[in-house]
Amino acid sequence: MKFGIIQFPGSLCDYDCFYALRDISKVEVAFIWHEETDLSNYDCILLPGGFSYGDYLRVGAIARFSPVMQTVKEYAQKGGFVMGICNGFQILLEADLLPGVLVKNYGLHFLCRYEYVRVENNKTPFTNLCKPEQVLKIPIAHGEGNYFIDDKGLKELIENQQIVLRYCTKSGEVNDEINPNGSVDNIACICNKQRNVIGMMPHPERCVEDILGSSDGRFIFNSIINSIKNKKEAVMQGDK
Amino acid sequence: MTLNNQEVNLKKWGLTEEEYKKIQEDLGREPNKVELGMYSVMWSEHCSYKNSKPLLSLFPTSAEWVLQGPGENAGAIDIGENQVIIMKMESHNHPSAIEPFQGAATGIGGIVRDIFAMGARPIALLDSLRFGNFNHPNTQYLLKGVVDGISFYGNCIGVPTVAGETIFSDSYQNNILVNVMCVGIAEKGKTFTSGAKGEGNPVILVGARTGRDGIGGASFASEELDDKSNEDRPAVQIGDPFTKKLLIEACMELVGKDYIVSVQDCGAAGLTSSLCEMSSQGDSGIEIELNNVHQREESMTPYEIMLSESQERMIVIIKKGKEKEIKKIFDKWGLNSSIIGKVTSDKQFRIKSNGKIVAEIPSKSLTDGFPICLRQGKKSDKIHQMNHFDTNSIPIPEDFNEALLKLLSSPNIKSKENIYEQYDHMIQTNTLLLPGDDAAVLRIRGTKKAIALTSDGNGRYCYLDPLTGGKIAVAEAARNLSCKGALPRAVTDCLNFGNPEKEEIYWQLEQAIKGMSEACLAFDTPVISGNVSLYNENKGEAIYPTPVVGMVGVIEDVEDVCTMSFKNEGDLVVLLGKNKEEIGGSEYLKVCHGLETGLPPQIDLSFEKAVQDTCRESIEVGILSSAHDCSDGGLAVTLAESCIKGKKGVQLSLDEKFREDAILFSETQSRIIVSLPAENLTSLEEIAKKYEVPMKILGMVGGDSLQIKDLIKLKVKELAEAWKGLE
Repeated sequence: MKFGIIQFPGSLCDYDCFYALRDISKVEVAFIWHEETDLSNYDCILLPGGFSYGDYLRVGAIARFSPVMQTVKEYAQKGGFVMGICNGFQILLEADLLPGVLVKNYGLHFLCRYEYVRVENNKTPFTNLCKPEQVLKIPIAHGEGNYFIDDKGLKELIENQQIVLRYCTKSGEVNDEINPNGSVDNIACICNKQRNVIGMMPHPERCVEDILGSSDGRFIFNSIINSIKNKKEAVMQGDK
Repeated sequence: MTLNNQEVNLKKWGLTEEEYKKIQEDLGREPNKVELGMYSVMWSEHCSYKNSKPLLSLFPTSAEWVLQGPGENAGAIDIGENQVIIMKMESHNHPSAIEPFQGAATGIGGIVRDIFAMGARPIALLDSLRFGNFNHPNTQYLLKGVVDGISFYGNCIGVPTVAGETIFSDSYQNNILVNVMCVGIAEKGKTFTSGAKGEGNPVILVGARTGRDGIGGASFASEELDDKSNEDRPAVQIGDPFTKKLLIEACMELVGKDYIVSVQDCGAAGLTSSLCEMSSQGDSGIEIELNNVHQREESMTPYEIMLSESQERMIVIIKKGKEKEIKKIFDKWGLNSSIIGKVTSDKQFRIKSNGKIVAEIPSKSLTDGFPICLRQGKKSDKIHQMNHFDTNSIPIPEDFNEALLKLLSSPNIKSKENIYEQYDHMIQTNTLLLPGDDAAVLRIRGTKKAIALTSDGNGRYCYLDPLTGGKIAVAEAARNLSCKGALPRAVTDCLNFGNPEKEEIYWQLEQAIKGMSEACLAFDTPVISGNVSLYNENKGEAIYPTPVVGMVGVIEDVEDVCTMSFKNEGDLVVLLGKNKEEIGGSEYLKVCHGLETGLPPQIDLSFEKAVQDTCRESIEVGILSSAHDCSDGGLAVTLAESCIKGKKGVQLSLDEKFREDAILFSETQSRIIVSLPAENLTSLEEIAKKYEVPMKILGMVGGDSLQIKDLIKLKVKELAEAWKGLE
């Protein structure tokens, strides 16, 4: 099993994701330079947080033209697991791998703090070890994490159960007051219809050890690892 | 292009007659315009420290664990297990006063460069900010600009901003202070130095292209501000954190490569300063050809190229023959790298343009040739009178609840959550203690250790009594670290003062440095790097003298970190140290009585050390539940903060026999409030006895109110409401 973390110029959370996967989850992981185009050796592609290309134009707008992104699209279309965190989520939206947009936070400021999110769908490859409606304590750190989608799009997201995490209170209540950035319907994380591509604003890689204030991020990483194992087993059984 | 002496308007160049004579002497001829410009920036206070140098020599700068003291890009200490901590603090006051966003942003850019120039990965930023009156509209504009600038730049380069201070006082109304500290980590033996060595070795300029921004910034930083300062806006540089991030990563790839001779940050005074310092440091010469400098704008003159402070540039000197390797690394990161010259042996800094020499100066003349300004200081009568202010003339408030709430909701004491939440303080996932406590704590990967970081400096204390203020700046920083269980190890500082040519200002500088030096000796925390920012005046009015102390401490075991919040019902609340009647210079006097006068609290350094040792040892043996430094706002505010953070109440009795407001709000030094389970009390008593520190049981954690005798009774919720969110 091997994870690949894409390094765009300006990626910042690449090393944090690397550490969380290699040192905490104990899986194999490698960096993928944005100019590479071969992803065939990886079981999951991770797009980390940061300010790719400085994000001076519009978040993620330039990164989607990176040579590696064309391959990421093909990889996703073939059913490969792709996960975008923060800036990675923004890039996945720009690359049309997920629906909607991320705009400036409601308060117009960058926000870095712990938030609670509720698991809305635990039947995705990225949340399958979470209980239904489980509350996770995960930090956010973004200036443009205000998720927006039109009513029609939102209806589709709900109908297809594509909303994976919502901002909530410590006890799991979803309301406007707790919404940190103004996201439509408190959305913190969505997946595509096929469930193999996910984008989230919170940073699971920042909370994988109790000493950092929470280890809830492990639920996300362990879920993916679990999914990859299951997928590999299914393939092996298919071979028989 | 030699200039006639008569034609030289020395004032315009910021040079004195004496200095000009010295230049003529060193060159053996008249300087040309390029050379004069180079001297102007290099001999400015900002680069030369000509006013402060004799005083700075008072600082202790060495210890067994100090690997690099002042003189390089940054200081370095050995924290064991092959790990080296690099740190430095710098000011960016004048640029931030004129253009707060870019001023603050490039302030970070500059200090970060100093750290990775040493071959260290930047792991933390701290900001020490001073603004004018909180309610002044201009303060709101500057505050927003500075915070946005820090947030923009710091967040975008992936270095967490883990701690800092934001203080408001009328004294900074027209001359704000933006001091930034950066901390980095490196493997022992793998750090870089900056000396140019090896005749013929190529000198390479890497990073962004050179443009016309920031020309003469260092000289500008050494003048007083006035109404026309806004016209100096072109002297402020423009930051590009994205390029900086690429530059950091590219330079990190240089670490461990044996062909790297030296690395230097290209900051204040641009190519002039970085190259002559490398040459002087290496006791060699450097020759460059300006045509090889990659430029952003066309037809820049030699003068402009040499003095540009364009950001995101570095100088790398490598062993001859390895040019391709360097190019490969910087190409990968999409950065320019140009061989602009070579190391020579003649100790001259020679600049050519189209093959013709446009400037030639002995390097040491630029870096060390300036005449030192020896000055005399004198205490002003005004301060003398203020020190004799009779605090007994102040009316005692009728309602102490009201007084406490007023203090908690005052801008200097209020929670700075709204500010630090705008900074990414968690990236790199080492931040164990998030902002809002006495100090930040970061783990050191691959070891059991952690470091604690803080910055401190009380301008009002220094204004009223610079000697004591200097001591307290160091003592409080050390106390903050000790409260987290860290052993204070080293200091970096930023000395923000007015015009040293005035005797009362020079007196402040002299006294404060003396006080700091005494305290640094007492705590065994040498000054390993720092910066002096003088001429912080507006229309002749100086700021409060503000030495800011950045300190690093080491925690041997991450498990031992102690925080300030009350944790368990039934824990005893104990005061280490002694309460005294000292309300002079306090936040209480300012907030509740509108007075900034008197004699600030005094300090006995050996007693202070004993209190800190007691606290630290108690944390190490694991008997404390919490520890919180008693400072701004005094005992009542300290207790309220521990209640708010822990969402727990506390009931206390106090038997002091002096004015009640002094009991509650005196900012008496050498005090720490700890809480601990009752069964640990004997152990604490034994430790306190060993260090001869008096301790007093004040009460017990419990309930939902802060109750102090019959003086204060407030629900923790009310306290939190008053304290939260600066808006």
